Amino acid sequence: MIAISNYLTFSAMLFGISVAGIFINRKNLIVLLMCIELMLLSINTNFVIFSRSLIDVSGQIFVFFILTVAAAEAAIGLAILVILFRKLNDINTSEINKLKG
Amino acid sequence: MEILKIIFYTFSLISTLSALQVILSKNPVKAVLSLVLCFFSTAILWMLCESEFLSIVLILVYVGAVMVLFLFVVMMLDIKTSSIKEGFIKYFPLGISVAFLLVFGIVYSITYNTIISCKTFSAYPENYNNVKMLGEMLFTEYLYPFELSGIILLVAMIAAISLTFRGSQKRKHQDVSDQIKVKAKDRIKLIDIKENE
Repeated sequence: MIAISNYLTFSAMLFGISVAGIFINRKNLIVLLMCIELMLLSINTNFVIFSRSLIDVSGQIFVFFILTVAAAEAAIGLAILVILFRKLNDINTSEINKLKG
Repeated sequence: MEILKIIFYTFSLISTLSALQVILSKNPVKAVLSLVLCFFSTAILWMLCESEFLSIVLILVYVGAVMVLFLFVVMMLDIKTSSIKEGFIKYFPLGISVAFLLVFGIVYSITYNTIISCKTFSAYPENYNNVKMLGEMLFTEYLYPFELSGIILLVAMIAAISLTFRGSQKRKHQDVSDQIKVKAKDRIKLIDIKENE
């Protein structure tokens, strides 16, 4: 069988990649949103692993709720992205303050 | 026994590489497609943890709805890749070092603790049903959070619509503030016309 630490290492690597993605793609709003999705995925993986290892289904229910919140966040984030693009014809995060007011 | 290890290493490698592709690719459409691959292979890893319901939900709901929404928006917008790539090289060393420190710390703490590191999953009891357990918990103990998550989705839907809705273009309707603001001289224009002309 696969040890728990292998799963945990995998999810830590996914998290680290998404943190690096937020640093290097800080101008690109779409990739920022995708990095947040990746982060939530790695957190969900952790939840699933610990829920399985403790044989407690509550962790999987938390994954369920995190998926719900992530879907809501993606919908609102993409809506903001669309109105930003409509106003500026660009998705550069440095000009996102133009949406003020 | 060994086939499980092969599946695990294959799909975790695919998932990690596609996550790298997400953050490094210049083309946003390619990034979204790599993200779909990453989610897909992670769903297989969840299936390996015997959490079948969530892995299928991840593919059906997440890949099927949220990622398609992403793809839809990315393809709809005409994005210039030149301006959004500025600072890519400048922040590359910082990002890599922060991520490396983070991963190193987590992995060190995982492997240092031998209680966690060597442990494998203990077998489920007889006639255990993942979906049944999840459903029972969701509709008894977590019923109130479940309803709240429905409200969150409703709020998200209303927010997304009200953010992007620009009003109907063809419909004829009264604008009350314009009607109040109007002055008599806006309504009628008097022109002096000379007799000779």
